[in-house]
Amino acid sequence: MKTLSKEIAGWGRYPVQRCELERPERHAELTARSASVIARGQGRSYGDAALNEGGRIVLTERINRFAAFDTTQGIISAEAGVTLAELLAVSVPRGWFPSVTPGTQYVSLGGCIAADVHGKNHHHDGAFSRSVREFELVSADGKRLRCSPRENADAFWATVGGMGLTGIVGDVEMQLRSIDSAYINARHTAAKDLEQAFRFLQDAEHDARYTVAWIDLTSRGAALGRSVVMAGDHAAADALPRRLRTAPLLLKPRGVRDVPFDMPGWLLNPLTIRAFNALYYRVAGRKRAPFVTDYQTFFYPLDALGNWNRLYGRRGFLQYQCVVPTVTALAALQQLLEALAASGHPAFLGVLKRLGEEGAGQLSFPMAGYTLAMDLPMTGPALLKLLEELDAIVLRHGGRVYLAKDARLAAPSFRAMYPRLEAWWPIKQALDPDGVFSSSLSRRLSIGGVA
Amino acid sequence: MSGAVLILGATSAIARGSAAAFARRGRALYLAGRDLEELRRDAADLAIRYGVEVRFGAFDAEATEHHATFLERVGAEMGELAGVLVAFGYLGDQGKAAADFAETEAIINRNFVGAVSILNLCAARMEQGGSGFIAGIASVAGDRGRQSNYTYGAAKGAFALYLQGLRNRLFPAGVRVLTVKPGFVDTGMTFGMPGLFLVATPAAVGERIARAAERGRDVLYVPWFWRYIMLIITHIPERIFKRLKL
Repeated sequence: MKTLSKEIAGWGRYPVQRCELERPERHAELTARSASVIARGQGRSYGDAALNEGGRIVLTERINRFAAFDTTQGIISAEAGVTLAELLAVSVPRGWFPSVTPGTQYVSLGGCIAADVHGKNHHHDGAFSRSVREFELVSADGKRLRCSPRENADAFWATVGGMGLTGIVGDVEMQLRSIDSAYINARHTAAKDLEQAFRFLQDAEHDARYTVAWIDLTSRGAALGRSVVMAGDHAAADALPRRLRTAPLLLKPRGVRDVPFDMPGWLLNPLTIRAFNALYYRVAGRKRAPFVTDYQTFFYPLDALGNWNRLYGRRGFLQYQCVVPTVTALAALQQLLEALAASGHPAFLGVLKRLGEEGAGQLSFPMAGYTLAMDLPMTGPALLKLLEELDAIVLRHGGRVYLAKDARLAAPSFRAMYPRLEAWWPIKQALDPDGVFSSSLSRRLSIGGVA
Repeated sequence: MSGAVLILGATSAIARGSAAAFARRGRALYLAGRDLEELRRDAADLAIRYGVEVRFGAFDAEATEHHATFLERVGAEMGELAGVLVAFGYLGDQGKAAADFAETEAIINRNFVGAVSILNLCAARMEQGGSGFIAGIASVAGDRGRQSNYTYGAAKGAFALYLQGLRNRLFPAGVRVLTVKPGFVDTGMTFGMPGLFLVATPAAVGERIARAAERGRDVLYVPWFWRYIMLIITHIPERIFKRLKL
């Protein structure tokens, strides 16, 4: 197979590394053809999870055929390179929606499994793996293993959240959720500080199937952690405004604007970020009455701006996402926000969300508690030092950092955050005895050096 | 739209892009090729995405003795054909072809002889029907012989000439013939090639092919600027051209 040597990066555009790419066109061509291989779908993990400096990357973008769609049961199977955007285009008009979706639809199903992604409904419906009925895992010697919670369950749970290190996902069968319309009944509630945001995320009155809070990371003092809590659920067709009722499952295609080139690095500076956040808090927080919106706007607001990662300029950005257990979450998040404020480092987008119970995937990120995500322009060592301080706070409270977003976590911190690594490692060794599936992330975290 | 489109060599990236574009227009499809497992996957995919009927079956361009029965089977399954797209081809290895006649023969048979064999049969059928289109994927390599791929170029050039004659013959019958000449397309064949610029995606190329075929166009260079690149290349005097390393 032909290869292409190229400098590539994750969605955060940091780090940039030279990798050897190959791009199979057919499912049958999926296999490892090198001593070090990692699969890469849409490249939407932020850091180095889908990078393999000096090694081989298997692009799965052309392995994207739907195989079957049972429209009475809502069971769909497809090759792992299919994106959620492609799936939505097929399933929504027939009344089905992914049971779990992350904040972008431009992710592959294989990537969703590798990161065991979660959505705004994690506190009700669990992570992506809960909607996966089975998948095919291609091992280094080309063998194909069917994995489900019943068959080869070890391989199943080691692969969900396993960051591609157990093999290449070949195809996926998943259970979808029945919907009546392509619209969402949504509601916004402004929370004046972190404590109130927490209260809103906990109580049933402000909760819905999908609940998330946008958090103003630039607010200080008494307003520290002020948020807009956004809640919503799929709308019933007969509850829609009349003009939408005739074709409730069909949306007009949305125009996508592209950021055409790298914006100058100074564009997102403390001043512009603060101004944007203040404006957003006022505008979004004002929408107090319930309103109807389409699923694209509700779930994928950033997808409307193609290549938005270019807004951060050539140096890129880091997303820091962590979760802390419920009991100490409020104190932990207060400390995190205070550390961020004290550093003076600009943080653009902040998202706060309650997570439900931990799944059985040993390296899966979610645990019962609260997760905070923030986008931070890459400024060099000062930022890396700040994030190490945040790691220490997260560790102190028994939390962890999300590997799909990570580009810089230290190996010892990783091990402390993911205690189930010890259970994962023997399964990885049995599936991949020669350690073929490896990435820049796995080497940085010394995932092979546990024993 | 009524009438199915037969796609020969359906597992190539350009064929897949074209099949999607025809299916988007509501066309039923018959996918033919050698890799049955891959055809099965492609057929399921197209049926699910576009809600059209998609069937598939084995077809080998070189096994010309089976072409007539193959086409009868397609006719029995799909009824009247609205169009045919010949998308199979074989680039081969020019160095090998110069030394080994078996390679030369394979290049000529797959790109030209096999295509002529099946299109003669399709033409006879469609001429009676009095409508439809025949589209063949030739190549810009067929516009001028170059040392790097002249056997492939000769076979594709011959195919283009054949399509030109067929277009002339079928015009009174109302059957349109389209010659497609792709430049660089982002496929497994070109992946990783150094110095590639302005490469078209197979999906975009497929869309252009389906649109041109449905509109009864004659010749399609895709991406479009290849028409002008080839215009320049074909106008370099032979005296100079023969000295170039192309």
